[in-house]
Amino acid sequence: MATNPWNKRDWSNHPKMIYPDYKSTIYRNPKNKLLNINDIEEIPSPKFLETSMRTIDSDLTKNAKKDHDPIGERIIVLGKVIDEFGRAVPECLLEIWQANSAGRYVHREEVHDAPLDPNFLGAGMTLTDKDGNYKFTTIKPGSYPWGNHHNAWRPAHIHFSIFGRSFVDRLVTQMYFEGDPLFKYDPIFNSIPDKKAQNRLVAKFSIDETIPEFAHAYIFNIVLRGREATPMEV
Amino acid sequence: MKKNIFLQTSSQTVGPFFAYGLTAQQYKYDFPSLATGNLRNKNFEGQEISIKGRVIDGKGDPLHDAMIEIWQADPQGNYNTDQESDFFGFGRMGTGGEDFIGFNFLTYKPGKINENSAPHINLTVFARGMLNHLFTRLYFSDEDNDIDKILHQVEPKLRPTLIAEKTNEGEYYFDIILQGENETVFFDI
Ligand SMILES: [Fe+3]
Repeated sequence: MATNPWNKRDWSNHPKMIYPDYKSTIYRNPKNKLLNINDIEEIPSPKFLETSMRTIDSDLTKNAKKDHDPIGERIIVLGKVIDEFGRAVPECLLEIWQANSAGRYVHREEVHDAPLDPNFLGAGMTLTDKDGNYKFTTIKPGSYPWGNHHNAWRPAHIHFSIFGRSFVDRLVTQMYFEGDPLFKYDPIFNSIPDKKAQNRLVAKFSIDETIPEFAHAYIFNIVLRGREATPMEV
Repeated sequence: MKKNIFLQTSSQTVGPFFAYGLTAQQYKYDFPSLATGNLRNKNFEGQEISIKGRVIDGKGDPLHDAMIEIWQADPQGNYNTDQESDFFGFGRMGTGGEDFIGFNFLTYKPGKINENSAPHINLTVFARGMLNHLFTRLYFSDEDNDIDKILHQVEPKLRPTLIAEKTNEGEYYFDIILQGENETVFFDI
């Protein structure tokens, strides 16, 4: 019987379920330990096709443009999706969503008193290419306040949702920007127990990828759970 | 386990503002949705079912800002992994409905994927306040679940937390309890 060949979640790199500094974790996570299921068959991943999406959705400066370009600093966000063994993950779906340059989300329940931009939605999607590479063009998001504690501000970030090659290597995360002064005050960022792991969520400015007369570039590479090269035979 | 070379990218919460990006069609934002709560396809044969339920926190309150993804086999027990299949068994819904704070998926009853497995749906829970998503499974109260080797790894008294109750022909109800009494069993898989 083939058992699930995927490496487990490495809990030294992922946040604790309940992290009291981030208040809403307290009642929204199980108290029981996750049940370690070992003898489980491999579960494939849903696969999303290029033909089912619009190419324009990798460019957030264009995909909701009405009459003008959106306001703010245009940036390129690019990187590679690999697994723990360094293998590229091709044709993997990345969905992103973010605030505009003023720190305002289009979401209807957002109450932060910063302007909406009629030419910017802040949602995008793309697939990695055959070498695992992806690229978005967008506007650098602003920081925004939230109600977790007094004077709480999120560091600027872009939300990422990723489908890999199995049901189990699904990942939802956030990408941050190098040099943000808010990191040390943000419980969501600090919920990650390991400083080096925190740092891997911080996109690095790249002069080499920066496009002259056009946009700064930030590199954000993503590592998904790995699969044993050949499933173990028992 | 083989030694890894690169370390897994850390998980972070989906936050409260995913609706216009991940579930745009459901919440009527002008952006395409790759999946919704309706997995049915008018050219497809199978037993039509609905799966309705809520996501409940440790105070007993339903979450209106959680997101559920489901992933299932077709009525013959096969996963159809791409969007060009007649039945793509992937669905996604936010729980912020206008008349019901929860989810209501329209799909087909999955078949058994093998002889040691009862019909089930894989389910993933995301929400503000959850730094990691949670994996679980939904089984059906009108199936022979005793044959299922995954359920056998769950303490008998906790198994009911994974079984959707049949409320009517073709209708099932399944609350996901994040914390407290009758807490749903979540998997480390
Ligand atoms: Fe955010």
